[in-house]
Amino acid sequence: MTATAEVSTGSRGNQPPVPDGAITVTLKVRRFNPEFDDEPRWDSFEIPALPSDRVLNLLHYVKWYIDGTLTFRRSCAHGICGSDAMRINGVNRLACKVLLKDLLASGGKPTTITIEPIKGLPVHKDLLVDMEPFFEAFKAVKPYLITYGNEPTRERIQSIADRERFDDTTKCILCAACTTSCPVYWTEGSYFGPAAIVNAHRFIFDSRDEGAEERLDILNDVDGVWRCRTTFNCTDACPRGIQVTKAIQEVKRALLFKRV
Amino acid sequence: MSESLTLDKPRSPRRPAARRSNFELYSWLFMRISGVALVVLVLGHLFIMNILDGGVHRINFGFVAGRWASPFWQFWDLAMLWLAQIHGGNGLRTVINDYARKDATRFWLKVLLYVSMVLIIALGTYVIFTFDPNITD
Repeated sequence: MTATAEVSTGSRGNQPPVPDGAITVTLKVRRFNPEFDDEPRWDSFEIPALPSDRVLNLLHYVKWYIDGTLTFRRSCAHGICGSDAMRINGVNRLACKVLLKDLLASGGKPTTITIEPIKGLPVHKDLLVDMEPFFEAFKAVKPYLITYGNEPTRERIQSIADRERFDDTTKCILCAACTTSCPVYWTEGSYFGPAAIVNAHRFIFDSRDEGAEERLDILNDVDGVWRCRTTFNCTDACPRGIQVTKAIQEVKRALLFKRV
Repeated sequence: MSESLTLDKPRSPRRPAARRSNFELYSWLFMRISGVALVVLVLGHLFIMNILDGGVHRINFGFVAGRWASPFWQFWDLAMLWLAQIHGGNGLRTVINDYARKDATRFWLKVLLYVSMVLIIALGTYVIFTFDPNITD
């Protein structure tokens, strides 16, 4: 890769005209370029934005019109794909689901929004982290249907009540906002983390699945559910509103009473 | 069939395939039960020692000797000592597991913790059972 000097212009040329009703906010971004930086640094950008803008729009503005080297993930930009989880003002959120009007300082004071990469995963560049340890934990709980014996000739029927038991945990989009909000995960990455437990829960409590015991065994480990300290950071961080801590407690209960 | 799936990848090479140990489960359960027991034991202890009948001012050698003459209070203090030590020690064990970054640090902190636990439990138990009210000089 050829290292180029830092580009100060955005990838889309000149800044567009400022719309009516725009407010200037300061976006303070924690940045790290492994080619130039030894340590992460903070960059501030003054951005004209509307209260109805999302934080993702502000990041786009920086990348498109101010500094094209700003690096972050985003795909659908509508809270479905789970690519743009980041620490916004100290809490994990999807940048595409946070509106500027909810971050404005009270009484018309100048607003500063801090953006950091999610914690506990190695930073590749700027807001881009290595998601591999996160997905390793996800894979380790066997997040797929496990059945034994002959396949049924008809579909695997499930009652509405049985479906309801794991409905909440089917909503996970694997954005890592919960896992990287967990203090236990920050200090020692061997903990499975909330997201892996949520996805184990989705199959453990599925009446069609027969792998509950294997998964419970995996989560009964030193790095499993017993490391949860019920700080509720994960529940607070989840952009899909999953009751993550509740799901973890349900797995603990299943282990404790040996009953799913 | 599922054996051939490359999807099933253990998180770390240290993790054996199926290690059936309920240690973490029982230690978690112990923390809940001992916690409830300690609320009664410690608050009762504090009430007797600090509030009842003039509180700390009446505590002297004779007072302690009088209480430990009864097996009930001996058992009370013994239970409090053991539960508090193991409850606190287990709590510190999880703190060490959470925050120690190097395996060597974790190991030596735990050695220190376990040695101190054993020493205090042994010393306390020894005193409770061998306390002699007729000591002279």
